[in-house]
Amino acid sequence: MSGEEFVPLSLTPLLIGVFAAIACALPGNFLVLRKQALIGDAISHVVLPGIVVAFLLTGAISTWPMMLGAAGAAVVAVILIEAIRRLGQIEPGAAMGVVFTTMFAAGVLLLEQTDTSTVHLDVEHALYGNLESLIWLDATGWSSVLDIEALVGLPPELPRIALTLVGVILFTWLFWRPLKISTFDEGFARTIGIRTGVLGMALVITAAIAAVAAFDAVGSIIVIAMFICPPAAARMMTNRLETQIAWSVVFAIISAVSGYVLAGYGPLWLGGADAVSAAGMIATMSGLILALAALFGPCRVRVGVQNSA
Amino acid sequence: MLWDALTLQLGYNAALVAIGATLLGVSAGVTGTFLFLRKRALVSDAISHATLPGVCLAFMVMVALGGDGRNLPGLLAGSAVSAWLGLLCMNWLTRHTRLAEDAAIGAILSVFFGLGIVLLTVIQTMGVGRQAGLEGFLLGSTAGMLWADALIIAVGGAATLILVMIIRRPMTMVAFDPEYAAARGLPVNRIDLAMMGLVMAVTVVGLKIVGLILIVALLIIPPVTARFWTDRSDRVVLLAGLTGGMAGYLGAALSASAPNLPTGPIIVLVSFGFFALSLFLAPARGVLAAVLRHLRFQRRVHIRQGLLALAQGQKIYEPLTLRLLRRAGLVRADGVATDPGKARAAKALRDEKRWEIVRSDLAHEATAALYDGLRDIETVLTLDQIAEIDRRIGTPQEVPA
Repeated sequence: MSGEEFVPLSLTPLLIGVFAAIACALPGNFLVLRKQALIGDAISHVVLPGIVVAFLLTGAISTWPMMLGAAGAAVVAVILIEAIRRLGQIEPGAAMGVVFTTMFAAGVLLLEQTDTSTVHLDVEHALYGNLESLIWLDATGWSSVLDIEALVGLPPELPRIALTLVGVILFTWLFWRPLKISTFDEGFARTIGIRTGVLGMALVITAAIAAVAAFDAVGSIIVIAMFICPPAAARMMTNRLETQIAWSVVFAIISAVSGYVLAGYGPLWLGGADAVSAAGMIATMSGLILALAALFGPCRVRVGVQNSA
Repeated sequence: MLWDALTLQLGYNAALVAIGATLLGVSAGVTGTFLFLRKRALVSDAISHATLPGVCLAFMVMVALGGDGRNLPGLLAGSAVSAWLGLLCMNWLTRHTRLAEDAAIGAILSVFFGLGIVLLTVIQTMGVGRQAGLEGFLLGSTAGMLWADALIIAVGGAATLILVMIIRRPMTMVAFDPEYAAARGLPVNRIDLAMMGLVMAVTVVGLKIVGLILIVALLIIPPVTARFWTDRSDRVVLLAGLTGGMAGYLGAALSASAPNLPTGPIIVLVSFGFFALSLFLAPARGVLAAVLRHLRFQRRVHIRQGLLALAQGQKIYEPLTLRLLRRAGLVRADGVATDPGKARAAKALRDEKRWEIVRSDLAHEATAALYDGLRDIETVLTLDQIAEIDRRIGTPQEVPA
């Protein structure tokens, strides 16, 4: 494929997909190890009411209020889950299930109650995202990458997700030692003076920010898949956290690129006429990678368990 | 309008939906209870999301065979197959790899759902033009419910209930103590799978009314609600069925009473309403009961400390203590003890001394463990024992001038 075609149509969605995948996979590593993997699932459900409320308040589809609304909803959900868990002495999984289903239902109800037919806001969009439509019309070829005028026309999702990715990387890098220690041995972390409660909350908030930014560009299904599948697959490859994170980034990139390419060109190869959902395809590819890792990964079984395969 | 809806006077479709939602609520509540007691509530999330690719594949197969793609039994059969596959994958991941259950749940739900979305877009481009009903399975769509659909829901719900009743005892045992169940020779893994199979059946039955994203709520919220009211598992099951059924009925009626009220979300919100009420009002585990318990405890501590201060002739500065003592008629407004106050204060001080003896005597070790500064000594020792202790304290000594 030539640069004239690739750069405007495929470069930006590909980059956005890759950045979103990495931004979710990085905190996902810690969430999977801390057995909080379903936080991503809960966040991506509660984002819907946040977006709808932001839309009702501002009356327009504009990005910043919506992202604020989504982030606010995520924080409200985390607080509610914690409150219900403590007040009602309910196990965390059930508390999470109560909160995110209720908030999602409230979001759907609000959406049905308000007239959003004139704007592009619906449940399906929230679930699948619209990765394919994030094209860069001002580009004419590879030379545009250095052309200031053309760069202005970049879809705004790209700089936003890139910024989020930088933030997530910074968080992981700055708090690497405390994060690692508190993930594996919370009691020890507390004795050497790490404030594990604050750190855990910061991790969840980082994950929420990554989820909201990625959600805006690619929909919630990729968010859930990328929080869990690449870190889980990487977990089967190694016993070292550093190596696991490197693998998870590699897996995230592979699933984003292969998913996007397969969704865009796979049907054409099979004789079909139209592309299929890139978001769904990326999630499917990450699942395939996880399946391969679970079948053949060198560290796939628990320590001390006989390998029955 | 709402009354008409509640008495099923709002037309054929509304009545069908209300009856179907009630049955669904009952069977979801009952089945979900075992899942909740097993602490695996979110497994239902994975199962429900895993139905999507099956629905799409069933649609494609039926269209390819020249039939009507929206045939409900066919779609439900497809969803059951893929949900079962997802369930087996999840079980395999948790048993044979190092992944924890939450990661397996998340992986299965996102991957199956992603595959389902890919298939949905494939169907959209197939150009058969009759796929509109499929999106309805995401959030439920009750608008075009037929008698046959309601019948499927009723039969499916009833079958699930009967199965639950048959295997409720092993399921309860596995939920409370899997090791003991295994030691008794129960096939724990198979019982777990049966439990998940029932959850899957409820999910499949509920696809039409509340959709696959919100069915999780019906499986989780009623059991959590019921758990507030009782500590007996059989009553939790009954109450969960009851609240689930009521939420289904009320929700369906509410959504029929006004436009733009989608059935699934309304049912979920109604059951959350029940949950919130229980969270605050339940007699033993509710928030209100806990607050009252705390206030009562606080009152006892303040009165006790106030009485001890009175007995030792110390001045009381704490306003709450003063207020409580005054209200009980133990002190006058100026802080001086009344006659009953003096008597109670003397008794409190004597009890404190008795406890001191009890706690220093190894013979009373078991009793001393009950000391918390508030317990009346008469409730733990017999009169003879107290008299014995009093002998050891002795009569009043010479009062210092």
